[in-house]
Amino acid sequence: MASKICAVIDYGMGNLHSAHGALQTVSPDTQVIVTGDPEVIMKADHVVLPGVGAIRDCMAEIRAQGIDQVVAEVRKTKPLLGICVGLQAMMDRSEENGGVDCMGLFPGQVRYFGDNLVENGERLKVPHMGWNQVQQVVHPLWTGIADNSRFYFVHSYYVDAVNAGQVKGHGQYGVDFAAAMGEDNVFAVQFHPEKSHNAGLALLKNFLSWDGQA
Amino acid sequence: MGLAKRIIPCLDVDKGRVVKGVNFVGIRDAGDPVEIAKRYNDQGADEITFLDITASHEERATTVHMVEAIAEQVFIPLTVGGGIRELVDIRNMLNAGADKVSINSAAVYNPDFVRAAADKFGSQCIVVAIDAKQVADNRWEIFTHGGRKPTGINAVEWAIKMADFGAGEILLTSMDRDGVKTGFDLGVTKAISDAINIPVIASGGVGNLEHLAEGVLKGGADAVLAASIFHFGEYTVLQAKQHMAAAGIEMRLD
Repeated sequence: MASKICAVIDYGMGNLHSAHGALQTVSPDTQVIVTGDPEVIMKADHVVLPGVGAIRDCMAEIRAQGIDQVVAEVRKTKPLLGICVGLQAMMDRSEENGGVDCMGLFPGQVRYFGDNLVENGERLKVPHMGWNQVQQVVHPLWTGIADNSRFYFVHSYYVDAVNAGQVKGHGQYGVDFAAAMGEDNVFAVQFHPEKSHNAGLALLKNFLSWDGQA
Repeated sequence: MGLAKRIIPCLDVDKGRVVKGVNFVGIRDAGDPVEIAKRYNDQGADEITFLDITASHEERATTVHMVEAIAEQVFIPLTVGGGIRELVDIRNMLNAGADKVSINSAAVYNPDFVRAAADKFGSQCIVVAIDAKQVADNRWEIFTHGGRKPTGINAVEWAIKMADFGAGEILLTSMDRDGVKTGFDLGVTKAISDAINIPVIASGGVGNLEHLAEGVLKGGADAVLAASIFHFGEYTVLQAKQHMAAAGIEMRLD
């Protein structure tokens, strides 16, 4: 049997070695390919949409390279994992950079944490940077990962979901934000599983063995 | 529940080896960076920082290969500092697998470099390193060149400016304390942490585990960085995290 293929979508926004390395480590038999080629992405069994940096630049590249159309196709057919700005790009719209329209896979806005964020009387710094707990909502990708495990976050904008049923993990940082979103064969996380040690690697392993059934 | 405070072991790297000096002189060999990074990762380190103290450009290629080798095996955030002067230096380190770069002297000589770097790569990967020395009561100034060169710049004002220019985090090292094991300079740590809205990493002077806890509880640091207490086997990262958790600090222990 031919080995399975996982495509990590490259649209020119930074380093994808970490995502590639982590996916390859948890599944040595999978052919993990970093690519921007729509044909290769459409042939893959699993697809990962990463993202770092500013949403304006990410969305501009996504549109310029036709990645939005590829994602729309992938979304109908195979397991898709969004990471960090990859998640934010799946929402309707982001407040960042003066307001940017995104791909609209999930209804909801991406909002700024604010400069006066407080929790239990303690001032919270922005970006939200470091290891925070995720309260899970039952989903196959959490299999074998303890509820409230910590993952590595680094972001100044958070997902404010419209459809509570699509929130598959809750994070707390001054506000209750969507740490994970999911619907059918799409799962997307605000944290960086590729930088989240054992819990993150377990989630990536679950993704690569996921058939896309929620 | 909430965001955990971080422990960041720091590896000073020279020509591909981890070294540690006292007040930036008196270098002592501490081992292979890949092995050490793996060990700290296994002990529960929240991030790892490498400071490349290599002088020459040719030797810097060694550092790039080292970062590549570590990034293949260690799945926690990696920061690389030392000799980051141009956008291409940042690109090279990020491509090698670093998640953040730490900018020090180049920020002092050209503050707009920080703005350009944050704009191009995002604030999340731009750490500005501040080497501060106390010059009077409640006054600390920036020094460059490993603490040898005064600049006359007020450290607190500088931190505010760097945050404003797009730094995502401040790595604050007390040059008076570095390597001398008497604890962080809590005064400057608190002053800077209170003055800015981005995370502050306290560095310089850790000699025991209580010093780490003080950095958070009294200095208001979001993360604490230490080198020699871990390199020479005095304490493991896990012991440090357990000590801080026992002091009531939110830590990642799973």
